[in-house]
Amino acid sequence: MDTANVFHPGLILIVGALVAAPLRGNLRQAATLLFPLFALFAVWQLPDGAAWHLRYLDYELAPLAADKLSRLFAAIFTLMAFGGALFALGQKNRVEVPAALLYAGSAVGVALAGDLVTVFVFWELMAIGSTLVVWSAGTPLAWRASVRYLAVHLFGGVLLMAGIAGHVADTGSVAFARMALDSPAHWLILAGFLVNAGAPPLSAWLPDAYPEASWSGTVFLSAFTTKTAVYVLLRGFPGTELLIWIGVFMIFYGIVYALLENDMRRILAYSIVNQVGFMVVGIGIGTEMALNGAAAHAFTHIIYKALLLMSAGAVLYRTGRRKCTDLGGLFQSMPLTAVCGIIGALSISSFPLTSGFISKSMVAQAAADQHLLAVWMLLAAASAGVFLHAGIKFPWFVFFQKDSGLRPAEPPKNMQAAMLFFSALCIGLGVYPDPLYAMLPFPVDYAPYTGAHVVAQLQLLLFSGLAFFVMLNFLKRTLTITLDVDWFYRIAGARLVAAVGGLISRTLESVSAALARRSGALHATLLRQHGPEGTLARTWPTGSMAIWVVVLLLAYLVLYYLY
Amino acid sequence: MEPHWLVRPRTIRLLWIAFIAILAATVAAQFVVDMHPHFGVDGLFGFNAWYGFGTCALMIVGAKALGLLIKRPDTYYDAEEDGNGHG
Repeated sequence: MDTANVFHPGLILIVGALVAAPLRGNLRQAATLLFPLFALFAVWQLPDGAAWHLRYLDYELAPLAADKLSRLFAAIFTLMAFGGALFALGQKNRVEVPAALLYAGSAVGVALAGDLVTVFVFWELMAIGSTLVVWSAGTPLAWRASVRYLAVHLFGGVLLMAGIAGHVADTGSVAFARMALDSPAHWLILAGFLVNAGAPPLSAWLPDAYPEASWSGTVFLSAFTTKTAVYVLLRGFPGTELLIWIGVFMIFYGIVYALLENDMRRILAYSIVNQVGFMVVGIGIGTEMALNGAAAHAFTHIIYKALLLMSAGAVLYRTGRRKCTDLGGLFQSMPLTAVCGIIGALSISSFPLTSGFISKSMVAQAAADQHLLAVWMLLAAASAGVFLHAGIKFPWFVFFQKDSGLRPAEPPKNMQAAMLFFSALCIGLGVYPDPLYAMLPFPVDYAPYTGAHVVAQLQLLLFSGLAFFVMLNFLKRTLTITLDVDWFYRIAGARLVAAVGGLISRTLESVSAALARRSGALHATLLRQHGPEGTLARTWPTGSMAIWVVVLLLAYLVLYYLY
Repeated sequence: MEPHWLVRPRTIRLLWIAFIAILAATVAAQFVVDMHPHFGVDGLFGFNAWYGFGTCALMIVGAKALGLLIKRPDTYYDAEEDGNGHG
């Protein structure tokens, strides 16, 4: 193995997971904070191009390779690992945070993979780390959800593996470069990527599993899997037009399901699918502006979505409640959590002066530049819809709405610090986007703060807010869930298995009954012939033996005489 | 006990007045800001205002209608999955 003298940021996080796992107390807390910082530092040290080379089965692997795009994602993943670890310092479960570091490290590993084999290895490690995070919530619901979650991701991994094998067979190369949808192998790779992005038809794994994790686990989960998928789509399939329509579907799926949802963290989970939809649309448009927009939006999204889930996590931590119908009025005793949640909500809605405004608008601008009127109109409606389903709905039902009588205290200081840190990033990037723009894969020729853009966005969002309050009666929360594709594998599949299983067991019963009759008869025959009293098992007197020997000798004599 | 100042009816009425004033201001701002529309339809007066309101109303009604078909009590899966004896 030929390696330049640099550390692999992903492996630093994975080593951090192994080091932190057996530790306790302050040492453990220090380890979970220091390893992500060290990894972030290592991201900055990465040179352009492949830093490590490895020969494996006749293939040239590049387990560590960097360019602007991969460095952007590796940086936000490690930053997220740090913020999440800060928020989770008080997590009592001993598996969750090390698992989250393994998860984050694998995501960084995908972002810095120069070949498809390395992508696949880290892709699967990511599935394991994230399943452990869901599972470590320790509830029966979380256990079931983690099994379903793992099944979907292993299925996605199988698609990806088959695609990579086909790609290597077709081209002889394992390099991870741009692909066209010109072979079954590339379709399989795209499908494998899209499973992790939360694309239809399997979007349901995300809102099914993420909200079952602990108050801190969901914060980690929101960041890595879907954004790693965005990264590999950006590198592998930019400009694939199909992705525009997949993204549009994800956007409106997220909005509609979030509008119907009662669980505060499931609302935010649906809105992950919604936001990733914007990125997927950008990747589908495929111009430099659109790809920059998708990459920038992934970066800002990780921060504000983690912030939203931190504020929801703080509420869950203090109240133990998740349902909007049980919450309300919490701003009175948790003002800081409410303000941080509102900053996250404004950012996800792309309000001017927040990070969403300077990233999401690049995708809409790209649609306009390409004269894609329908896409542009849909994105404008979707922007209004984001404010509706997440921007107002989440803070309104959790922190205002009605007085639930709950007066929980603010969360511990470390959780407050994590929320303040991410709030500062949301506002900071919104006010001063230049450092982020400088990190984007292509040169940025875009000014978000024009009078027209600000006025248009304010009109769109504020009138969306008007629609929310005018139609509040339509949005009353009820104790319901909404069926999704997961119904097929949770109910229909289970019923099918039960029905087929019943059929099989009935068939087996009748077969074994028939066999029992047959074998009873067989047994009786055997007993008659070979049993203690059977013809063939009787003890014979020596005399009869002698007689038979005489008979045989006579027969031999006769035969010899005749022939 | 006196309710929090933010939830008193007087405050809420003031908030509504302020909100409507801001809504009017964002539309009025079109008189002083050049909106340089891109497609034509977005050049109609107050396009983003009525389009934002209209599409949101549509999404709420659409979600509500879909909800009639596929909403279930939130104990649905617990009951079903326990009923199947899986765990």
